[in-house]
This record gives sequence, structure tokens and C-alpha cells, in this order.
Amino acid sequence: MLDDFTIRATLAGLGVALAAAPLGCFVVWRRMAYFGDATAHASILGVALALALSISVFVGAVGVALLMALTVTALSGRGYAMDTILGVLAHSALAFGLVAVSFIPGVRIDLMSYLFGDILAVTKGDLAVIWGGAVLVMALIGWRWNALLTATLSEDLAWSSDLNPRREQLVLTVALALVVAVAIKVVGVLLIAALLIIPAAAARTLARTPEQMLLMAAAIGASAALGGFWAAFQLSTQAGPTIVCCATLIFAALSILSAARGKRG
Amino acid sequence: MSLVTLTDISVRHGGHQALSRVNLAIEPGEIVTIVGPNGSGKSTLLRTIIGAVRPDEGTIEKADGLHIGYVPQKLQIDPTLPMTVERFLSLPRRHSRAQITQALHGAGLHDLRHRQMSDLSGGQFQRVLLARALIEEPQLLLLDEATQGLDQPGSAAFYRQIEEVRATMGCAILMVSHELHVVMSASDRVICLNGHVCCHGTPEIVASAPEYRALFGTGTGGALALYRHEHSHSHDEGCGHDHAHHEHDHEGTA
Repeated sequence: MLDDFTIRATLAGLGVALAAAPLGCFVVWRRMAYFGDATAHASILGVALALALSISVFVGAVGVALLMALTVTALSGRGYAMDTILGVLAHSALAFGLVAVSFIPGVRIDLMSYLFGDILAVTKGDLAVIWGGAVLVMALIGWRWNALLTATLSEDLAWSSDLNPRREQLVLTVALALVVAVAIKVVGVLLIAALLIIPAAAARTLARTPEQMLLMAAAIGASAALGGFWAAFQLSTQAGPTIVCCATLIFAALSILSAARGKRG
Repeated sequence: MSLVTLTDISVRHGGHQALSRVNLAIEPGEIVTIVGPNGSGKSTLLRTIIGAVRPDEGTIEKADGLHIGYVPQKLQIDPTLPMTVERFLSLPRRHSRAQITQALHGAGLHDLRHRQMSDLSGGQFQRVLLARALIEEPQLLLLDEATQGLDQPGSAAFYRQIEEVRATMGCAILMVSHELHVVMSASDRVICLNGHVCCHGTPEIVASAPEYRALFGTGTGGALALYRHEHSHSHDEGCGHDHAHHEHDHEGTA
């Protein structure tokens, strides 16, 4: 069954959507959208290093994404505004990554697939990495769920319940690095943040509890992955951007629906 | 044994000395109020007790297995985070439906169970925060200006509930407040804080202490005029201010 590339692609899209949903909710709640974007962009440097060193692209991407996220966390609150730190680090990491890639012979043609994803080229090995990463992210966030929610509401409430908000932040940072690395093959580094934020934002219009928002974000992300892949196949468009377009259409439809409902009620 | 004992706690925020050599012990079941001007380190003191602020010097001892219930000064829930009252009460630990029902009844909030936190009035929100702190049955309840933003009847009702809480649950309460007259009458002990402990003791003693009057003036309402003008407390040296003649040295130190 996995010998069919369309089935591999579908499963890859689903895996990424499920990994992105829980993290995407926290990215939205904690206003980390730009942080997610920066980490994703930085991972191209990891891809370049991995190709240069002939190691797994996944390992390179996780490593650099993690390093990037930890650096940002360490630098924040030291006199610079968060968006300045992110602007400097994200764009310079992306630029260095792109420059580094052009030094490696034979990769230049490949670059587009890392920037925008290449879901049709997903191998069985990639699938194992994507689903392994997705399960790890879901397990990590599931394990810390209540602590993460409490720390998101208020760091002081977390401290008073003997939870360390910095440790919870670290859990999210690790999860973010994993999601970025897992999603590169499917949507590419430039659009990973969209896959985190749009399904969660769409789910917000319907959800009444954090858990509902999580489940709806997963459902919306999965629908966007399936619908986007199908549309890309029909229209001969690039799969990664088409998946994001699909998610955006769902977001727009739900927003209009909830606005109309709000007016009536 | 004391629930919490602070010994010579000093906290610096950057170059600013927020707390200097603060000593404090909270006994089971007592109500202690911290008063002091803005920027006097009241919130820092509470945040040090919950562990959010690490002291630069000094030690904090907590009784084994101490449960602390904390009601913050304010809580801003991001509008992107959907949160019902019922769900909020189960953070960070899940509670049974029966426990939640009981907590909501105790706080007079039974019909708000499924309401979004963002749709609550200021008074309802404070009551939910208090209910959340109490559902874990703490031995020590910390209130950081919990009635800020409430009108007079609202805050009076809130303090009545606090007294009820002590009567029924028997937990110790450490609170920060600006509403001196309300707080003074309800407290067993009052601590007047201005970076260091200026004076402490029963409400009567603190109200008549010159250090207290230097900070708050004598015109804080008729309630204080009822207290006798005696100071039986002794003031120790090394506070960083000149208390030698009990003159009004504190003006403008906020």
C-alpha cells in the first residue's frame, strides 16, 4: 500500500497536520507566531549543514531549529524587543542557510523542495520520521497539557502550583523544533508557520474549551492536508502552498460563519 | 510549626532593591495583611513565596506538603484561548464534577459553570480566581490586591467571603491590600512594608506607629482614629532609613 506515492503523500500530510495542531494552539495562545516562523526559517541552515555533512536532513533541521529556539528564548528579556531579536536571527539564519546551500554542488536544484516542500517525493523512511515525530510531539504535549495550559494562562499561577513555567516553555521549544523538522518535506520551511497558525485560528471561532480547539485544529489541519493534496493533484499546482491555501479557505469560511452567527444571535 | 518562614530575604530587580532583609513567618489559620505604598515590594514578597521570584539573599522554608492557593492581582486571558469557568477550575489538576459544583456553590457562581471567562464581570472573575485557589484546599491563601477594580460593595462582599473561608476552611491568609480600613479590622496582624518591614503587629499597634503614619498620613479615615496612640513595638536598627527620632522620614519614598 505504501508503494503508491499518493498514499505516502496523503499519510505524510495527515501526520504533519496532527503534529502541528497541538503546538499550533499554543503558538496562537502564547502569541508565538513570529517565533514559530523564525524557527522554521532557521532550519534551512540545518538542511544545508546536513547536506554538507551527509547526515540526515531531519537531524540537521531539528538541531538548528532547537538551537535557534533556545537562543531566542535566552536572548528575550535582555533589553531587545522580541520582534527585533527574531527579525535578526530568523532572516540571517535563512540567508546563511541559502548561501551555504549554494556552496554544495548539486543541491541548488533541490532548494525549492526545501523551501516549499515536495510531498510527492516522500519516501517510506520520511513517513517513518514524520509519524515518529508526530507521535513524539503529541505525547510530549499530552503529557504536559495541564501544566502548559496553566503556564500559558499565567506564569505566577504555574509557580504557585509548583510548576516551573520555564520548563514548560522548554517543552514547547522542543516540540516546535520537532514539528519544523517533520514538516519541511511536506510544506517547506517558508510555510510551516502557516500550518501551525491557520488551523488553530480557524478552530478558535468554534471552540469553547482548549481541548475542543485542539481537536478542531487537528480536524481542520487534516482536512486541509487531504483537500490541498487532492486539489494540487487536479490543478497540477505545488502541494505545500495548495495545502496552506486550503487551510486559509477553511479559516475564511469559518470566520464569516461565526461573524454571521454573532450578528444574528 | 509555621507554614512559611522567610529569613533575611533580599531581592534586587536590576539595580533596584525591591526587598531588603525581610523576616516573616505565617502561622496556621492567621490572617496577615501587608500594607505599603506603590513599589514597596508587596507583590514581590508574595511572588517570592510562591517561587516566581528567587531571592538574592535569605532563605524560605515551607512546611512539608504545603498547598498554596494564589489569587493574582489581575489575570489577562488571551482572547484566542477559549476557557469556560468549569475548565478553569480544573487547572492545573482535574477535579470531579462534584468538587467543581461544590466550589461554584461556595463562591455563589452556580449558574456560570459554562460561561466563558472573558464574559464574566470583574467581581465574578475575582470570585472564580478565588474558587480556583480554594478548590485544592490550601493551608495558605495568598491574595494580591484581589479587590482591585471592584467597587465598594463588590470588595466588601469579597472580604466577607474571605472571612467565611477562614472560618470554614481554617486556612491561613496572607493578603496585600490598599483598602486599609477594611483590612485592618479583619486582620490578626498587619505588616507595613516599604522595601523593608517598617513596622508590624496587631492592627492597633501598626495604625498608631509613626512609621505607618509617615507612609499613609493620619487622614486615612475615621476607622484609624479609633485606635489608641501607643506604640509598644520596638524598632530594630539597620532598616536603611533613619528612624531614630520617629520623625516623618518616609515621605516620598514610594
